[in-house]
Amino acid sequence: MPKKNAPAPCACQAGEPVSKATLDARLDEVIAEYKDKPGGLIPALQLTQATFGYLPEPALKKISAGFGMPYSEVAGVVSFYSFFTTHPRGKYLVRVCMGTACYVRGGKDVLEAMKKKLAIDVGQTTGDRLFSLEVGRCFGACGMAPVVMINETVHQRVKPARIGDLLNRVLAADEKPATQERP
Amino acid sequence: MLNVTINSRKISVPEGSTILGAARQAGVSIPTLCHMEHREPIGACRVCLVEVEGARTLAASCSTPVTDNMVVQTHSVRARAARRQVVELLLSEHDGYCPTCDRNRNCELRALADELGVARLPFEGQKASHHIDASTPALVRDNSKCVKCRRCVTVCAEVQGVGALFPQGRGFATVIGPAFTQDLGGVACVQCGQCAAVCPVGAISEKSHVEAVWKAIENPAKTVLVQTAPAIRAALGEEFGYEPGTRVTGKMAAALRRIGFDGVFDTNFTADLTIIEEGTELLTRLKKALVDKEKVALPMFTSCSPGWINFAEYYYPQFLPNLSTCKSPQQMFGAVAKTYYAQKIGKKPGELVVVSVMPCTAKKFEAQRPEMNSSGVQDVDYVLTTRELARMIREAGIDFTSLPDEEMDAPLGLSSGAADIFANTGGVMEAALRTAYEIVTGRELPVTNLHVTAIAGLQGIKEAALTITGTKPDWRFLEGVELKVAVSHGLGNTRRLLEHMKANGPSHHFIEVMTCPGGCIGGGGQPRFTDDSVRLKRIGAIYAEDEGKPMRKSHENPAVKTLYDEFLKKPLGEKSHHLLHTHYHEKKPH
Ligand code: SF4
Ligand code: SF4
Ligand code: SF4
Repeated sequence: MPKKNAPAPCACQAGEPVSKATLDARLDEVIAEYKDKPGGLIPALQLTQATFGYLPEPALKKISAGFGMPYSEVAGVVSFYSFFTTHPRGKYLVRVCMGTACYVRGGKDVLEAMKKKLAIDVGQTTGDRLFSLEVGRCFGACGMAPVVMINETVHQRVKPARIGDLLNRVLAADEKPATQERP
Repeated sequence: MLNVTINSRKISVPEGSTILGAARQAGVSIPTLCHMEHREPIGACRVCLVEVEGARTLAASCSTPVTDNMVVQTHSVRARAARRQVVELLLSEHDGYCPTCDRNRNCELRALADELGVARLPFEGQKASHHIDASTPALVRDNSKCVKCRRCVTVCAEVQGVGALFPQGRGFATVIGPAFTQDLGGVACVQCGQCAAVCPVGAISEKSHVEAVWKAIENPAKTVLVQTAPAIRAALGEEFGYEPGTRVTGKMAAALRRIGFDGVFDTNFTADLTIIEEGTELLTRLKKALVDKEKVALPMFTSCSPGWINFAEYYYPQFLPNLSTCKSPQQMFGAVAKTYYAQKIGKKPGELVVVSVMPCTAKKFEAQRPEMNSSGVQDVDYVLTTRELARMIREAGIDFTSLPDEEMDAPLGLSSGAADIFANTGGVMEAALRTAYEIVTGRELPVTNLHVTAIAGLQGIKEAALTITGTKPDWRFLEGVELKVAVSHGLGNTRRLLEHMKANGPSHHFIEVMTCPGGCIGGGGQPRFTDDSVRLKRIGAIYAEDEGKPMRKSHENPAVKTLYDEFLKKPLGEKSHHLLHTHYHEKKPH
């Protein structure tokens, strides 16, 4: 999503949790602004995701009602674009590359180890909201395969046995958290 | 007009015609899986490719407009090869096995493979996701057979104004279904089955009760009664090769008897009963409004169509007080059969099994509503669609076409012509007017042949007004009143009518709503495939059935009179209230 569309910084960046009422008011504004614009659904969804960090079901239902559009259609649009997510994402977005090079050089084992370590499946977020796990396609670092991308940083030649160390290093460095602009 | 040459035949077609339309006019049929009558072409299936002279690529004939002097080859070697390839690709993803498929007799994909001479599958594709959704009482969806033509999406959103279905996800992984690929039972679907009626393949069908009904018939401890809705007799013949619009009432009664039902009865009987109860309810509401100056909910809406009830409960709860409290004829039949008739034959309600044959999938839903057990047990046990009855007739090895014409059994098989027309849009209203007018004035409804033509036919929303004069003493308050009625069919039209009412206030006294286009004759459980020409033929058959009856008004039905004398006592009386009326609940669209 282009930066210029980004509204006020999201909750996690501001450090303070934003009240539900503020979020809902923001959603009402977004709906009011876009409901009559041709093609207004996608920008409205982008702004909503930027506001909440993801697309919560009640927000989508509100958008469906506000736009006078069946919920199935709103859901269809959300599920068509991979940059929309209906689950909250963790502070760190872990993407294990499943491109051909990474795959043949152990990417699959890395993914399995990662799932085990975090105790979540692909598409899920840990209970403490720290890590979300996804698979990625080629990050352009095939020479260093297998790679794992955590937020902005590419980690190369990852060994399944050393996943724990990797995650601890990430936490220690307190990397820049995932922002909603990330696809 | 534009000149166009289709397969070396020159014809002229109106401006704005598509190649597909022009070809049909020239008597050439181009196959398509996604095209729908009266709907914008969406070009989803790519089966209708044709060759246009001078164009480099093949054109999708459903969405390509004719230009003047266009020359089209619809069945050239190249066009056929391209079409075959499209179908081969569809089949390579298709996870179905025709011999066990519900649609194998009239599947459009299967027919297309035959027509295009698909002899083998050159591509071994990844199969579509396999998930059977049996979450609703009415329908079963099988995504692995879906060809993603989107007809169901269009009918649900545009014809029915519901929008429960939409493509989810993208590319190969696209699933046509409810939001986020959840099951239909989790969303505000009204169970009308119009999606099943338009699906070209076996991806959406009714949830079958055939096996359960066979079991009941075989059980010596059960007396199994069957009721058939008025719309069945005008459509069942299509399943056995008759032209649409052929009436098969007599053969149907014969077939039901041979299948082994212990009583062959007619939902028409309780359609007549509905008119007495609902007509009285309308007159009572009018009296309260005009004489007692009470606040009553007007206009009153008909309540025979369970898809409409679901629609009102989900989307228009503010109008629930306006719905007639009358149960549908199907449910009145169940309640009367398991009380009045059970007593007559010395049985307990639980010893009877009531099976209905309906043109409708939502009736399966209605039968299992918790309110519908006023006899102490579930009033209607099983609901078969017209298609399922045809299946049972075939399974029983009955040669339908050679059956004699037989009559339905007394007393619950006796009915008037007014009951027959419940099958057509406008019919319930006409039947109600025939009776209400006569109650109020003592005279017959003053229209030619008892037909209120303004509310008949396929126009989406129809209106009529009737000034009441010469009232009997009890009904003086209606003297000079202009009774205004409206009729809508298809929930999309109904939504428009209700939105207009919300914005402008009520302008009618009585409104008939039927869920399906054309009324019950176009129901989601009727023989496939139903388009307007088929609808009109079935409508014609129903009017002919009505006109052929010696008795054409519900209040003349002697068996209904006896039912009141012996059992119910009076319309809207205590027994009626308990057995024949119901109430509605707001439902949250999930
Ligand atoms: S949907 Fe058609 S092609 Fe597929 S299994 Fe059923 S009958 Fe065969
Ligand atoms: S049954 Fe009717 S409301 Fe439900 S999905 Fe099908 S067309 Fe839509
Ligand atoms: S379910 Fe049937 S009508 Fe709907 S898209 Fe699939 S094949 Fe077409």
